[in-house]
Amino acid sequence: MESVAQLLEKIPKYDALPETISALMPILASSVILFAMLALAVLFMVWLERKVSAHIQDRLGPMVVGGWHGWAQTIADALKLLLKEDIVPASVDRVLFKMAPFIVFLGAFAAYVVLPFGSSSFVTDLNIGILYIVAVSSLSVIGIIMAGWSSNNKYSLYGSMRAAAQIVSYEIPAAVAIMTVVLFTGSLSMVDIVRAQTGGIQNWFLFRNPFLFLAFVVYFIASLAEVNRTPFDLPEAESELVAGYHTEYSGMRFAFFFLAEYANMFLVASVATTLFLGGWTQAVPASIMPQIVPGPVVFFVKALILIFIQMWMRWSLPRLRVDQLMYINWKVLLPVSFALVLGAGWMATL
Amino acid sequence: MLTYFRNIGQGIMTIVSSMAIAGRHLFTPSVTLQYPKEKWLLPERSRMRLMNKIEDCIGCGQCARSCPTECILVKTEKRGKEEAPVFASDGTAKKLRTYVFDIDMALCCYCGLCTFACPTQCLIMTGEYEYSVYDKDEHIYHFAAEKPLTVAGESRQNPPEG
Repeated sequence: MESVAQLLEKIPKYDALPETISALMPILASSVILFAMLALAVLFMVWLERKVSAHIQDRLGPMVVGGWHGWAQTIADALKLLLKEDIVPASVDRVLFKMAPFIVFLGAFAAYVVLPFGSSSFVTDLNIGILYIVAVSSLSVIGIIMAGWSSNNKYSLYGSMRAAAQIVSYEIPAAVAIMTVVLFTGSLSMVDIVRAQTGGIQNWFLFRNPFLFLAFVVYFIASLAEVNRTPFDLPEAESELVAGYHTEYSGMRFAFFFLAEYANMFLVASVATTLFLGGWTQAVPASIMPQIVPGPVVFFVKALILIFIQMWMRWSLPRLRVDQLMYINWKVLLPVSFALVLGAGWMATL
Repeated sequence: MLTYFRNIGQGIMTIVSSMAIAGRHLFTPSVTLQYPKEKWLLPERSRMRLMNKIEDCIGCGQCARSCPTECILVKTEKRGKEEAPVFASDGTAKKLRTYVFDIDMALCCYCGLCTFACPTQCLIMTGEYEYSVYDKDEHIYHFAAEKPLTVAGESRQNPPEG
């Protein structure tokens, strides 16, 4: 945000603005930059998802729009969703129905504030960064319940209840897995966590000791469930619940649910990158090879690799049953993550 | 307790093996054919759109009689005694003047019985399959080249309805 503020200073007559407006300008500019970046990343991820799913099923996926392998297909889809009619069914609770998609998106988008994309490219460095992410990203549950309840549709309600049960339960092993990393850094700040991993691939928390490696696995599985991806896509199980909590939505409001889903995907991949894969730091230490690749590029490549693994799992595994979902969370992931905290704490005090 | 750990191990092995299969398929060549650009090679003697070489047609109407959906309409009249004789390319005399030979491809069921009935083998099924139209009437193909001399001279035509 400091660099954005410095850029804004260069606008002619910027000093002449009233104090209240000039104080808000850096905040507005940062959020616009973040939103633009996020929208681009989501467009690319949707295209990638369709391509990965197609090739895993021996198909080709979109091939026509835009020329090269249908790269413009998602842009065309986004334009279509923007131009579609905004339908609000007659028997819905109008206020909640209209508000829900934005709250779901807000929960995903607010967490981007503390993500460190590079050594100086982040909006702000909160000293409780990772706690803030865990807290804010659970805000989307409220939006999901609002969407399901206000739709006045049994499938929507079932989907949102499943989503709430799933997200609330899987936050516990995810947060406990995050705790193992915090034991080593002694800081909740995202920038400090990345700085603790500088100096090559052997310093990344993923490869530092076996407890943290397992913690990464636990976090990855739990984060899949938190963003409702397939093995854990019960909330929007299309073969049982039509489309889950966004069954009644169309046009732009549906697009916001879609955007939030992919923004959440990118968020959990970014958090895993920051905590376990060294964030913006490069695999080869600076003493051996000069660091020519910019930090944000390294960060995006690592996050995209994790997203690719998410997609790969999605198209390999079938959906779990509700009881299996709860079994995995409470009887497997939670005890394992507690054991990992004990082990990591023992390693950290050595 | 033992089954608990065995279940976890089995679950991990299932995930790894299924992801390995999916990963293999990621790199196998796709089976999709980019249709308008690439086309499937049709088998020999594929039964698609009907075509009548009207210069070989003797107007016998056997195709119309063999058709189970009655999609062929043939109307002929006798040629006059004083007219110069006309022959098909296999030497059969064309004693009838075919002035209507319509095939409604919207009704055709592609059985190919008409082509077996044809004595001069002028009615054939081609490999042409891209003939979608906006109006159903455009699916009626007119093959007759000659005009009738007498309006009432309908000596042969489709068997009556029913």
